[in-house]
Amino acid sequence: MSFLSGIAASNGIAIAKAYRLVEPDFSFEKKTIDSPDQEVARFQTALNTAKTELEQIRDRAGKELGADKAAIFDAHLLVLSDPELIAPIEDKIKTESVNAEHALKETADMFISMFESMDNEYMKERAADIRDVTKRVLAHLLGVQIPNPSMVTEEVIIVAEDLTPSDTAQLNRNFVKGFTTDIGGRTSHSAIMARSMEIPAVVGTKSVTEEISNGDLVVVDGLKGEVHINPTPEMLEEFKRVQADYEKQKAEWAKLVNEKTITADNHHVELAANIGTPKDLKGVVENGGEAVGLYRTEFLYMDRDQLPTEEEQFTAYKAVLEGMEGKPVVVRTLDIGGDKELPYLNLPKEMNPFLGFRAIRLCLQEQDIFRTQLRALLRASVYGNLKIMFPMIATLVEFREAKAILEEERQKLSNEGVQVSENIELGIMVEIPSTAVIAHQFAKEVDFFSIGTNDLIQYTMAADRMNQQVSYLYQPYNPSILRLVKMVIDAAHKEGKWAGMCGEMAGDETAIPILLGLGLDEFSMSATSILKARSLIRNLSKSDMEALASKVLEMGTTEEVIEAVNAAVTL
Amino acid sequence: MVEKNFKVVAETGIHARPATLLVQAASKFDSEVQLQYKDKKVNLKSIMGVMSLGIGQGAEIAIIAEGSDEADALKTIEDTLKREGLAE
Repeated sequence: MSFLSGIAASNGIAIAKAYRLVEPDFSFEKKTIDSPDQEVARFQTALNTAKTELEQIRDRAGKELGADKAAIFDAHLLVLSDPELIAPIEDKIKTESVNAEHALKETADMFISMFESMDNEYMKERAADIRDVTKRVLAHLLGVQIPNPSMVTEEVIIVAEDLTPSDTAQLNRNFVKGFTTDIGGRTSHSAIMARSMEIPAVVGTKSVTEEISNGDLVVVDGLKGEVHINPTPEMLEEFKRVQADYEKQKAEWAKLVNEKTITADNHHVELAANIGTPKDLKGVVENGGEAVGLYRTEFLYMDRDQLPTEEEQFTAYKAVLEGMEGKPVVVRTLDIGGDKELPYLNLPKEMNPFLGFRAIRLCLQEQDIFRTQLRALLRASVYGNLKIMFPMIATLVEFREAKAILEEERQKLSNEGVQVSENIELGIMVEIPSTAVIAHQFAKEVDFFSIGTNDLIQYTMAADRMNQQVSYLYQPYNPSILRLVKMVIDAAHKEGKWAGMCGEMAGDETAIPILLGLGLDEFSMSATSILKARSLIRNLSKSDMEALASKVLEMGTTEEVIEAVNAAVTL
Repeated sequence: MVEKNFKVVAETGIHARPATLLVQAASKFDSEVQLQYKDKKVNLKSIMGVMSLGIGQGAEIAIIAEGSDEADALKTIEDTLKREGLAE
């Protein structure tokens, strides 16, 4: 047995066999072969096996993700039937008497470099498709296995260097019990995914892919941030006990599903959930969410090869609004750029993507994209309680421009005779320090603020949150951050507006007492954190937390703040 | 040999999904089917060939079929182009 520590990214304890989502070794040597005919036959067998496998993946993807996502596998299958690819490989085996691996690689590489050399991002992406499918054939020639998590049929823990959105889209939710990865932090995609799937995860272990082999028994302790490999029977018993205790605790929290979120001294705050797709609504309802505080619409735009149509977007927004049955739904308009790329937009690579052409900056320039989304939102507005917010607002002028575009689209719809709700609140994400600093000016024009702490912290501390070496600067409790948060909340209240928070910090046990004291009105977090937060808030008194908040604002370091919170909040 | 000209009307041109449909349609026939765009001619049964042309909106293309079932092949491809709103 051995153990690794990492970052606790999603609560709970998972115990299952390891399933490595890691590339196998594809190395081979060029060989001269004696019987080209046999070699061609060997190639055809590998090719056919690869096709059968792809057909299975396509069928499963079709069933679980929809025909849309399955279409890409149809294109992959055609590559394996492409006469311009297959004939040259077979010719090469015959005329040069080389092994199939070599003939396949040489021929595929020629096509890959042809696509890569095109000056169109979309075409460059196709090179990756060809690489993907030819690798599958190569794997069968070499007798190695390409991991294929969509075909898993027993409970597993996924072990990977990192998980991309397309990896997680392939995971079979019935069998994946937990994640553990080499890289990543609390805000990386893998962590967010684990929380929305409600499975334990430990990320950023640095070496989990080196330490764990397929089939090892693994314990992912998402409470402590530890991964245990092949534990002793005694330890396993202990983990099962902790797991059972945690389940019991969760059951206690579950009793609060229909309770209000009120402090011991009778002050009400709203606990909302962050969601990415209409599918996440189930978790919101099950965890007693009082609202959707952040609907990340970019998932509608990702993992596809063109922009979603107005109709597709309308359907998704309507589903969310109806699903929440009149409870507030705060939709964030497209927040793409930075670490979230859309290959089909062909945007140039940037030196500092987090400081670059993204979110509202992109929307104000690529107005067709923005207007389509706004129209879909406005049309959906009659199906529930819609609030719209713009991400990455840095100046008041940006907000005014975005608002003017929204009003234009509203007018157009009204001219077309389309019904639009009259009561759509319009707010902004506060995630750039310039906006926090003059929040009092913004407060006169917006209906609400939602503080996006993940970015606010990275911009205030000037520390890239994807860079592990500066991750110590991700300090939500640093008094500098707390003071900015206070400025935003005070500015909102002065104008009779509300202030929420939709970053990781809003669900954090150490931050909640301070935020409560600062007067935050709405806390939006992963659905799975809601009940725990409700249980905590019901035990706190707002007036005590106000005293705590004014004390920590005068402090100098994160450490002092944590200590003060721990001393004030003893549960 | 039969041949017919089309103009691509789809906003995104002939990218992965439409290319898939066209290649699937062409592959059903014994005839040789080719796609011509500018001065390049590719095998319409080859997904990579079709994609490599990078055909965008407004492109003038020609479909050329030759073989025992050439008329059927051309008709089927024409139907696919029109049904999917790709070209007219």
